[in-house]
Amino acid sequence: MEHSEHEHVIEVTDLRRVYGGGFEAVRGITLSVARGEIYALLGTNGAGKTSTVELLEGLAPPDGGRVRVLGHDPYRERTAVRPRTGVMLQEGGFPAELTVGETVRMWAGCTTGARPPAEALGLVGLGARTDVRVKQLSGGERRRLDLALALLGRPEVLFLDEPTTGLDAEGRRDTWELVRALRDSGTTVLLTTHYLEEAEDLADRLAILHAGRVAATGTPAEVTAAQPARISFRLPPGYFLGDLPPLGPLGVSGHETDGDVVRLRTSELQRTATGLLAWAERSRVELHALDMRSASLEEAFLGIARKREAAA
Amino acid sequence: MNGITGEDRRTAIGKLPAVGSGLFTSRSRRRVRALAGAEFALLGRNRSAVATALLVPLALPFSVRPAIDQADFRGVNLGTLMLTAAIGFSFLFAVYTSLVSAYVARREELVLKRLRTGEPTDVEILGGTALPAVCLGLAQALVLALGCVVLLDAGAPRAPWLTVLGLLTGLTLSATLAALTSAFTRTTESAQVTALPLVFMSMIGSGIALPTDLLPHRAAAVCEFLPLSPAVRLVRAGWTGELTAYEAFGTVLTALAWTVVAVFAVRRWFRWEPRR
Repeated sequence: MEHSEHEHVIEVTDLRRVYGGGFEAVRGITLSVARGEIYALLGTNGAGKTSTVELLEGLAPPDGGRVRVLGHDPYRERTAVRPRTGVMLQEGGFPAELTVGETVRMWAGCTTGARPPAEALGLVGLGARTDVRVKQLSGGERRRLDLALALLGRPEVLFLDEPTTGLDAEGRRDTWELVRALRDSGTTVLLTTHYLEEAEDLADRLAILHAGRVAATGTPAEVTAAQPARISFRLPPGYFLGDLPPLGPLGVSGHETDGDVVRLRTSELQRTATGLLAWAERSRVELHALDMRSASLEEAFLGIARKREAAA
Repeated sequence: MNGITGEDRRTAIGKLPAVGSGLFTSRSRRRVRALAGAEFALLGRNRSAVATALLVPLALPFSVRPAIDQADFRGVNLGTLMLTAAIGFSFLFAVYTSLVSAYVARREELVLKRLRTGEPTDVEILGGTALPAVCLGLAQALVLALGCVVLLDAGAPRAPWLTVLGLLTGLTLSATLAALTSAFTRTTESAQVTALPLVFMSMIGSGIALPTDLLPHRAAAVCEFLPLSPAVRLVRAGWTGELTAYEAFGTVLTALAWTVVAVFAVRRWFRWEPRR
């Protein structure tokens, strides 16, 4: 086991998972997460996020490849791993008739070195709901209860499967702040999300999953840097694409038209924009619905989905 | 935040498997207690489960009493018959039926899956969930036994250790079979149907609702091998002393065989998550 600063807390090599019906949900995923990092698995529904996380949590053995969490196999060596990990599943898992307090006390009884239940509930802002039955909680409150249980054992590694789904904007921000605070205190966090801004804001590194494979990986900046910026506008009547100055020298890497709407892709946004606007000024052309944007994770995400579809 | 460095933790955790594994360590007992405590609270809040578990074993023996009165059992004590019936009903209703529902409910609420992400082992989860029902069944059996001794003149048990063995194997097997039945039960509503085959089979064939002496000879011989027959036979024989040492040994062996088979079947078929 490495003892260096950059010790890999989670190591996954060529991971595969095949379900009973023969559906291959995870098709060879390799990734590693360093200590104290927030790592996001991003993907559309069915991309294999939950199937992957369940293997990391040790809920099932992989059908191929290798998983190591804190240097151990999380399925076969669960007694070594479980006291050091905290898990929040995609969907609840509490008896509806227990109160919030009873649920946390039960979980605390099952957890080595558990925080006092009141402290755990305080972390997620559920302190005032201690005596309420779980069935009376809102969807967002249930997510926060789930997070409280995941944090109960002061875990070194935290697995959060869609932690903010069903939360309102404020609850989402609170959760993000809490996750950042945990990271700053040394906790390693692996989370899945289909909210792009969540991954962009929160993750130190991320992997975009598509059809059970890693389609892109790196820091949010690295992943978006590989994507072109986009410019779109409408040409006034009587003008056509051919009236624009030559696109190649402007740095445009691709274009498409849809009626009078023109869309350009460029990796040199400033040069392309300057050339385009200078031309418009010279030619006294008004570009309607002008929109310019540098690449975002969303572009990267949609780009990957489109490319894969075209390939399929 | 937690004031423990990674290094400290690694050494602390490195020792864990030795102290932390097995069912009888203090950590394990603590987890089972926590799970059983929650399950006990849930049992208390489920009125229909409480009614079935408590009232049926109390009421049924007395409802079959007229039939027993009419039948002519020379030399068989009414108290003993009622006692066997009452304890058998505890197995079937306080433990088996109520646990089928409990396992299915926890599975469908994703509680079992959630628990498996934590420290409890599979055996602790299943055992902790079963514990309240098993204790209820045991308490009920003891109260009913006392009732039959005091009110129905059942007399003192002649071989109490056989009754104890019967109670132990009966309670264990009822809980294990409940876990197995839950694997073939999709919803808590259908649990009332999937639990019926074993309930009926045991009531008639295992000497609970009526003594196996009433069955045709050949049928009685086959029925001795039903899952709960050995347990019921041991409970009754503990009171009457009707089994020779050799017969008692064979009966205990059958009970153990059923327990082993049921445990393997649970390991093979038990479902921890709802079907998708």
